[in-house]
Amino acid sequence: MEYPSKLIEQAVEEISKLPGIGKKTALRLALYLLKESEDQTLALSHALNELRQNIRYCKYCHNISDDEICNICVSHRRDKSIICVVEDTRDVMAIENTSQYTGLYHVLGGVISPIEGVGPSDLNIDALVNRVKDSHGAVKEVIFALSSTMEGDTTTFYLTKKLKEYEVKLSTIARGIPIGGELEYADEITLGRSILSRTAYAKD
Amino acid sequence: MHIEKLSLFGFKNYEEVALTFSNEVNCLVGENGSGKTNLLDAIHYLSMTRSAFNTIDSQNVKFGEEFFSIRGDFRLSEKALPVLCSYQEGKGKTFKVNKKEYARLSEHVGKLPVVLIAPNDTDIIRDGSEARRKFFDAIISQIDAEYLDNLISYSKYLKQRNSALKRFANVGRTDYELLKIYDEHIIGLSLYINQRRSDFIIDFEKLFQNHYDKLSEGNEKVSIHYRSEASDSDFKELYNNALRKDLALERTTMGVHKDDFRFTIEGKPLKKFGSQGQQKTFLVSLKMGHFDIIRELKGFKPILLLDDIFDKLDSRRIQHLMERVVNHDFGQIFITDAREERTRTILNELKISANFYRVNRGTVIQ
Repeated sequence: MEYPSKLIEQAVEEISKLPGIGKKTALRLALYLLKESEDQTLALSHALNELRQNIRYCKYCHNISDDEICNICVSHRRDKSIICVVEDTRDVMAIENTSQYTGLYHVLGGVISPIEGVGPSDLNIDALVNRVKDSHGAVKEVIFALSSTMEGDTTTFYLTKKLKEYEVKLSTIARGIPIGGELEYADEITLGRSILSRTAYAKD
Repeated sequence: MHIEKLSLFGFKNYEEVALTFSNEVNCLVGENGSGKTNLLDAIHYLSMTRSAFNTIDSQNVKFGEEFFSIRGDFRLSEKALPVLCSYQEGKGKTFKVNKKEYARLSEHVGKLPVVLIAPNDTDIIRDGSEARRKFFDAIISQIDAEYLDNLISYSKYLKQRNSALKRFANVGRTDYELLKIYDEHIIGLSLYINQRRSDFIIDFEKLFQNHYDKLSEGNEKVSIHYRSEASDSDFKELYNNALRKDLALERTTMGVHKDDFRFTIEGKPLKKFGSQGQQKTFLVSLKMGHFDIIRELKGFKPILLLDDIFDKLDSRRIQHLMERVVNHDFGQIFITDAREERTRTILNELKISANFYRVNRGTVIQ
């Protein structure tokens, strides 16, 4: 595409590097910013600069945080004996939204996939092992909440091997039929899995 | 099972075309390069979710277009089954049956089977072991969905393991625990795939030999030998012992991705010792075996796609095929030929009625 100005071209070039944004959308966004007041653009660039310069990762769970230790790790109301292992910050937000979990998290920063150049040493795996080891038994359970893909399963399996020498219960989130879902529409693999990992009723 | 209607948009050399077919014999005639084979390939797409000739979807879009769509109206035991396959640059491929999209493309494979006989089939004999694995895997996948799923998993684990081996070599440190995870899957899946392939070959070889005997009038002994490291009772040990070699070569040297199916004639390798004629007979028999095993296991006849066979096969082999047409052994058939007269003569002699379609640079006249 021919742009009327080098400055527009530069802005489009940068904006279109963002995921899910093509050249056309980038151009629309750039022109939109020019049409609106200058304050708005400055506020945006300020926010981005702040984000980049001041963002931190919690030294315990590696979640995105404003401080050295994140709100969840610092809270007295959280159960410090359970750690839920997730891929990234979005997963923490998703699980927090369920209001069903009161333990701590551990953000790996990805899953093991050598094809995409991600090996175990690129993830926060040693940090997790150290958290369990250094707690001297205070951490009682580690829950794996990773995607049900080949890469997710490989990562879960890898972590269970790394953690098996410690006195800690290891579990993984249940896989099966979604709530409100009808059996006949479930795919065969999911349905098969849900039969294998069925839940027993307590007899009392 | 047959296809009643086919419509294409932006597929290969077709801008837009819509055709109605006979559920018996359909002949596509026209000059070389007019697009006859592309029509067969469109039907192959609807069956196998991909091209038989070029597996890169983006290269099957008509030059200058951004997407293609192939729509076929199939009929499977009296039930209408509209199938739509579309590909858009940047968005990828979608596959819908009865307007419902599949979660995974592999779910469709085997629902509407086809058997294709094409000039490049000789690759099965002449090329390396990969061509033969592909040929047999495609057949087993059409009759066994679980096999296809496991085959896909196997190749994923293999790719991850190979990438990991390369990475370890670059970094200079090996994570044995990660390898072990991949190994368990690769060994387990190898044993499964090995068992399935060897069971399949036992059934298949009989059907194949039956055709070869008929075609060659029964005086040559042909066989298919399935060779696999995973057949060895010590496979797990062999696999684990190869670790040092794997680390040095930065790839996985053991497993069913090294399997081969060896073709022999009178106990000798067909590739070296078979004449041109024997090789062609071998190929036609393989394809007829493919047809028979699907008919046997699915309970209905697959669609037969015959690309340019009158040019490539001699009269004896053509006669064998045509006898089966006359006997109604086949279901729906598509035949391409650059020479309309030749096809008309062959079919007239045998009193086979057929629909003719004249193909000319992306247009088709019925």
